[in-house]
Amino acid sequence: MNRRNFLKKSFLTAAVLATTTSLLVTPKKTFAAWPKKSFDITDLGESIKSVYGHNDTTETTKVKLKAPDIAENGAIVPINIKTSLKNVESIMLFIENNPQPLSSGYNLTSKAVPSIGTRVKMGKTSNVIAAVKSDGKVYTASKEVKVTIGGCGG
Amino acid sequence: MRLFGLIILLATFNVGASPEDDQERFWEYFKDRFPDTEYSDYKNGVYSIDLSSREQWESIEDFPPYEINIEQGEELFNTPFKNGNNYASCFENEGIGIRQNYPYFDEDRGEVVTLELAINECRIKNSEKPYSYYKGGPMADISAYMAYTSNGNKIELEIPNDEKAMKAYENGKKMYFTKVGQLNFSCADCHVYQTGTKLRADIPSPAIGHTTHFPVYRSSAGRLVTLHERFAGCLNRVRAKPYKAQGEEYRNLEYFITYMSNGLEINGPGSRK
Amino acid sequence: MSTIKIRAKESNGVVTVKALMKHPMETGKRKDKKTGDNIPAHFIQEISGKANGSEVIVVHWGPAVSKNPYLTFAYNGSKGDKVELTWRDNKGNQDSKSVEVK
Repeated sequence: MNRRNFLKKSFLTAAVLATTTSLLVTPKKTFAAWPKKSFDITDLGESIKSVYGHNDTTETTKVKLKAPDIAENGAIVPINIKTSLKNVESIMLFIENNPQPLSSGYNLTSKAVPSIGTRVKMGKTSNVIAAVKSDGKVYTASKEVKVTIGGCGG
Repeated sequence: MRLFGLIILLATFNVGASPEDDQERFWEYFKDRFPDTEYSDYKNGVYSIDLSSREQWESIEDFPPYEINIEQGEELFNTPFKNGNNYASCFENEGIGIRQNYPYFDEDRGEVVTLELAINECRIKNSEKPYSYYKGGPMADISAYMAYTSNGNKIELEIPNDEKAMKAYENGKKMYFTKVGQLNFSCADCHVYQTGTKLRADIPSPAIGHTTHFPVYRSSAGRLVTLHERFAGCLNRVRAKPYKAQGEEYRNLEYFITYMSNGLEINGPGSRK
Repeated sequence: MSTIKIRAKESNGVVTVKALMKHPMETGKRKDKKTGDNIPAHFIQEISGKANGSEVIVVHWGPAVSKNPYLTFAYNGSKGDKVELTWRDNKGNQDSKSVEVK
């Protein structure tokens, strides 16, 4: 058999197989790919808009943001977010005065309990904003975290 | 009351008091300074005296980054040297749960032996290259693992009835109270007299308990830091020229300040800012 | 050696997963002190958290997450569940670890 024809046929077969397979195994919920554009944005308002497509957010006490008043060290600031809101799709963590405000996003399935925690870097004193998408709407809670530098600690 | 305690402390250290007296005076000074802090809690360093940073520290200690280092240290510790020997052969109890026995004064050698020095001497004895005491790495990992296996063990440093041992202790003590550098600070300035106050954004930690929680995983460095690297760091901060890690000066200093922590439990490695 | 340490505990029908990962999480903005060159960005971008094979959470991280990063999340589950965490970074590296819920 002509090698060129053989390869052509193999690719075609492979392509057909791949398409068929992916159609058969489509996951029930596909999460967005890593949102490069959002992670690059330097303005908080623009950042929020790029994530949700709008800036319609409502502050609520139903989103609990736990963060220190004064970060002991800006390199590791412990943050915890939880909410009593239902049908939570995602939780996003913004740090307003960081070079790029979007620090991280947590996409949840219905099995997940809306409670997450991580440790982030903060360059300077800033508002930290937790945004929760529940039943299609975006709710927020924010807190100012002071970051100090300088001392004998080195 | 605070001034009185300070006067007692200074007066005692000017006279040739015994190490036991020194340690008692140290404890009395700190007890007076921080009446609500239990002696045993000093193993937690600055977090024994500052509540706001303690909460963040506890959050990190819930799952601290140094756990990775302990695992790495354990693997290094259990890996035999090229000649087939291992670290366990250099230490009593196979190197497990012995951190509290260091540093000690070796009367035959006439000098202070620290744990990290002993680790490298074990390597050299077995024809391996010594590890660096700076910038984390395998030395810090092994030291962290050995500290971890010793958690809870009390420091019970005894200075032998030996002229050279007393001299090493006295030299360490003298260094602790001597002002150095362009900023003209002594160790005591920050860690005794100014502990609990704010030096710019930092709260100097109390002298008691310092050696219990090393090596430390420093958030600012993103890695482990050994005690002697920290000594060097402190000297740099007061703009003095640091001594060499594991040189005689720092070993004597470690000897003195470990004695001041007698009775405290080993609590390393620790997380610090 | 695995770069992931996981603890998963169940209480009242909720499994809390805590994970510590070994990773430099370089922002790409730091300069090498010796050469003056930028240290290239190298950070975990995505973490997939699965329970018994099905996805519970998909985490998207930027370089602002701390070095040797920490993550905790929770889901409705039971003791004995198999929790699996997989991270992928911007350089195409990845690592996975599974534990049984206690």
